[in-house]
Amino acid sequence: MFVSSSMVKKVVTIDKDRSVFEAQETMAAHNIRHLPVIDPENRVQGIITDRDIRSAMPYRLLKEPDRQEEREKLQTLTVGEIMSKNPKTISPMDTIQDALLLIQRAKVGAFPVVDDQGILKGILSVRDLLRAFINVMGIGEPGTLIGIIVEEKVGQLKRIVDVITQENISFGSVLVARYWDEGKRAVFVYLLTNNVVRVKAKLRDMGFTLLDPMEWYLDQLPEGPGSTDPA
Amino acid sequence: MKKTGYVYDLRYLLHDTGPYHPETSDRLVAIHDGIRQADLLDRLTIIPASRADLKQILAVHDHAYVRRFEEVCLSGNRFFDDPDNQICVESYETAFLAAGGVLDAVRMMMEKKIDNAFCAVRPPGHHAERDKAMGFCYFNNIAIAARYLQAEWEIKRVGIIDFDVHHGNGTEHIFDKDPDVFYYSIHQHPSFAYPGTGRAFDEGVYEGKGFTKNSPVLPGRGDDNYKSLINKEMLPAFEQFRPEVILVSTGFDAHFDDEMSDIILTTEGFSWIMETIMALANDHAQGRIVSILEGGYSLKRLPELAANHVSILLKG
Repeated sequence: MFVSSSMVKKVVTIDKDRSVFEAQETMAAHNIRHLPVIDPENRVQGIITDRDIRSAMPYRLLKEPDRQEEREKLQTLTVGEIMSKNPKTISPMDTIQDALLLIQRAKVGAFPVVDDQGILKGILSVRDLLRAFINVMGIGEPGTLIGIIVEEKVGQLKRIVDVITQENISFGSVLVARYWDEGKRAVFVYLLTNNVVRVKAKLRDMGFTLLDPMEWYLDQLPEGPGSTDPA
Repeated sequence: MKKTGYVYDLRYLLHDTGPYHPETSDRLVAIHDGIRQADLLDRLTIIPASRADLKQILAVHDHAYVRRFEEVCLSGNRFFDDPDNQICVESYETAFLAAGGVLDAVRMMMEKKIDNAFCAVRPPGHHAERDKAMGFCYFNNIAIAARYLQAEWEIKRVGIIDFDVHHGNGTEHIFDKDPDVFYYSIHQHPSFAYPGTGRAFDEGVYEGKGFTKNSPVLPGRGDDNYKSLINKEMLPAFEQFRPEVILVSTGFDAHFDDEMSDIILTTEGFSWIMETIMALANDHAQGRIVSILEGGYSLKRLPELAANHVSILLKG
């Protein structure tokens, strides 16, 4: 769950003396939106985004990209002049959870990943975080989701894990969430099996309430004609 | 009245999944009892299964996979690929009989000896991938039947409808590049149910793009949702595709009494689905339907569900 395992290691970078047009072409060629700006020692000096470039372009040039006189004026504009200096960076040893919180707080699309010496090691974008999160949630792995309501006291999860283990079923993921009844929690176990009949019966026998799926999403759906209900 | 084939073979009971498994031989016993008690047996053409040729299996599955399956069965292992897939020594041969029974029904229908058929086979097939057993399935019976229709009967457009409560990941993957097979599945939403695939935005790939359609249904939903999705999503797709033959992955596990899902279809809801599919087949496919059993685990409900299903085929 460290940034180092989810970041992109082969980073496309640019030098601060390059022209803005070059930065734009590099982004387009690699289908990316962020270019760390580095010095010859691979130290991060800044970051330039597709948005920085768009803001720097005069409106007229956006409409007519081939307009020669405007292009020439811009030809001399360098990456160093419009990049964000001292961008927020993260360390390869930060966790994915750190990165999720930081990216939400900083309202940026990507972080250069740098080590203690400030040397660029990678880049972590929202896209990479999504991939990591999909992986953590076990989405796409064959399994079945069960929602269990438990008393909010120590040892409940152990009982659940024990009975599922007895059934020789592997876990895809476990999520503990708030529940609207006070003193209760909802535990969502994603079980890597199609065979949940017996484990459901056992959980009920142990006194657990299985969450009726009707209850836990209907309250959250918007009502009326704007409903997401396909019916 | 139509001439309806019924693939029925006691050897399907030999695939033993052990003491605590939902996919048991009792399911077929319950289905047969239901059909018998509804006095439908005399009106059906009973088809005993023959063994599928290896060549027909290999139209869908890798040879290495088939060999691996045989070895694991004969070695006395209790499961294959995943603990979900409980097996016994007989499972390998039974899987050949399941595919073979389906192929017999398809052949008889194409030879016009019967009009349509219900194949009460096991093990089921729609989760089986080209090279992997999944969700109690080993050979993808319906995919093998579709390939057979293409190869031996030169059927240009095969329609597959899968109303088992679980998405038929194997069937979708096998045909997702093939514009000549339209795969439609309606199932419990993959975020809640096995096998976690079959999202509304999965529509096939490459030349097959637009020839797969999935209607995920949220847990707790039933007849109304199914009717609306079948009317709005399934029927227009097939009216455009105009299948020459319709193969149906029939699963009875979306019933409210079936513990395997959180979908709450009623017995009448199942009849409505099958009547709708029958009408579609009459309009586009000369009434040619072969229905192939997948899931359905409520021993209490299987008799009535199977009897109604067969009655609809007999009515045509």
